[in-house]
Amino acid sequence: MSARATPSRAEGRPPRRQALVALTVSALFVAGALGLQASRDVYFPLAQPDATMLYVRSGPAASRLALSFGAVIADLYWIRAIQHYGDTRLSTSPTKQYSALYPLLDLATSLDPRFTVAYRFGAIFLAEPFPDGAGRIDLAITLLNKGLAADPTKWQYAQDAGFIHYWWLQDYKAAAHWFDNASRIDGAPWWLRSMAATTLVQGGDRRSSRVLWTQLGETTDDEWVQTNVRLKIAQLDALDEIDRLVVTVTQYQQIAGRFPPSWEAVRALGLIGAVPADPAGAAYRLDPTQPGGVTIAHESTLYPLPSQFVRKAGPPS
Amino acid sequence: MLRVIGLVAAHVFKESVRDKVLYNLVLFATLMIGASYLVGQLTAGQDIKIIKDLGLAASAVFGLFIAVFIGVGLVWKEVDRRSVYNVLVKPLRRHHFIAGKFIGLALTLFVNLAVMAAAVYAVLVVMVWWQPTLATAAAVEAPVVDPRLLVAFVLIYVQLLVVTAVALFFSTFSSPMLSAALTCGLYIVGHFNADLAHFENVVTSKAAAALARGLYYVLPNLAPFDVKAAVVHGQAIPAGYVLLTCGYGLCYAAAVVGLAMLVFSRRDFK
Repeated sequence: MSARATPSRAEGRPPRRQALVALTVSALFVAGALGLQASRDVYFPLAQPDATMLYVRSGPAASRLALSFGAVIADLYWIRAIQHYGDTRLSTSPTKQYSALYPLLDLATSLDPRFTVAYRFGAIFLAEPFPDGAGRIDLAITLLNKGLAADPTKWQYAQDAGFIHYWWLQDYKAAAHWFDNASRIDGAPWWLRSMAATTLVQGGDRRSSRVLWTQLGETTDDEWVQTNVRLKIAQLDALDEIDRLVVTVTQYQQIAGRFPPSWEAVRALGLIGAVPADPAGAAYRLDPTQPGGVTIAHESTLYPLPSQFVRKAGPPS
Repeated sequence: MLRVIGLVAAHVFKESVRDKVLYNLVLFATLMIGASYLVGQLTAGQDIKIIKDLGLAASAVFGLFIAVFIGVGLVWKEVDRRSVYNVLVKPLRRHHFIAGKFIGLALTLFVNLAVMAAAVYAVLVVMVWWQPTLATAAAVEAPVVDPRLLVAFVLIYVQLLVVTAVALFFSTFSSPMLSAALTCGLYIVGHFNADLAHFENVVTSKAAAALARGLYYVLPNLAPFDVKAAVVHGQAIPAGYVLLTCGYGLCYAAAVVGLAMLVFSRRDFK
């Protein structure tokens, strides 16, 4: 006769006291195991897992191995890519590098070829110059091209590729070509066509740059991108303000016959109302060695200003 | 006949409830609620997409476990416990018994998937209610509470019916361990089936290419049932595609259940 799985009413349930003892003993053993584990971790610290290690690096192989779970595994790789980017960016190690960023983004987009955010944010992370980003514009363009191959209706990828050429490479001909390509895709906004023409004719000017950053900010709600957009627009505002201050400094020189020793001296002549400060709140710096004589303070959060728009020649006359 | 099949099916459903199969729903709900909180901390504006991906993938995995691990024991358990003798002396034909077993597990899977679908929608509704900006975020490609998700759930269900039929078929003549291994093997092969259709591109032998093409038609083709990523990205799934795929799945499942009936009806229990 086989034993019963549960005690019958006649056999009675285990007494409450017995159950309590069993629970207490179990709890003590669990506490003991936890304590021993914590002690072991103190005396024999756990090795830090290598955040850049990837068991699979081939996108096609990963998408085959994922069976029908590609999308959810792509989400995991995307989360890893964000963590890797954030950790590396915040790291103060002199040897830090974004070595796993592209492989992670490649895996995420191979597993879910329509993962729009992975292409767009990924391209931003890759294109941003080191140490804030990977400084790999070639890989950013490769990623965006991959996105366009997966979904040729996504004009945003072509816009982003144009933006990268415009802002980071200052290759306005290539940028105009990408904006033109983007504008020809169904559903693209009207301003892309005029952006293509403006970029081709005028190259990189601040007004079109401001439009580009504003448009980029409107296509996402991500806080990191929004902060970046606000920073870049503030830098463009600072550049405009510096141009106006250069005129004021020139006026001072014409009146006083010398370079102003301080903003107080300029104010004493009634040319400005107060010491001028950039959009981040730091006072502009008077520096006769710099072209134009006015520059942004090194302490400012806006420093350094985008090099392509900074006055490169012409000391204050 | 239908009454007898219905009785067997109801018995399978009750047994699965007794075996605490529905407890997996608690695990599923916990996973979804936990994920909805954690995802917001880990990712950048992709909460809705990830919750949808996770909900659909978890439904498919939980359903697969039920289909395989309950399916492989459906007949074997009765034979092992010798309760099959009590059943077969009753006015019940063997193929009715198999049909009832299949329908019973199909019903269990239906209830499970229906509850999981409801849980996914509930989590999405709560997330939007808690954080209304998620619904209007620029990165959102489809409505948060998107009825198109149901298309993915329907195709997952039909895919699970195919897996259930395969598990039941193996259960009629094999041990649960071997049946589970064979069913899982066919599940994996079913996702690589399209390669067999294009085998002539990699071999020169016409016989090998013909054999591969034959296998393409014989083995279950499970990849077309996966529209999870498409619905999450808000892509329209043509009704014709859904109907053809569901029709294929139901026909395939019926054929395998038919084979299971044949094998079971020829088994000698002496």
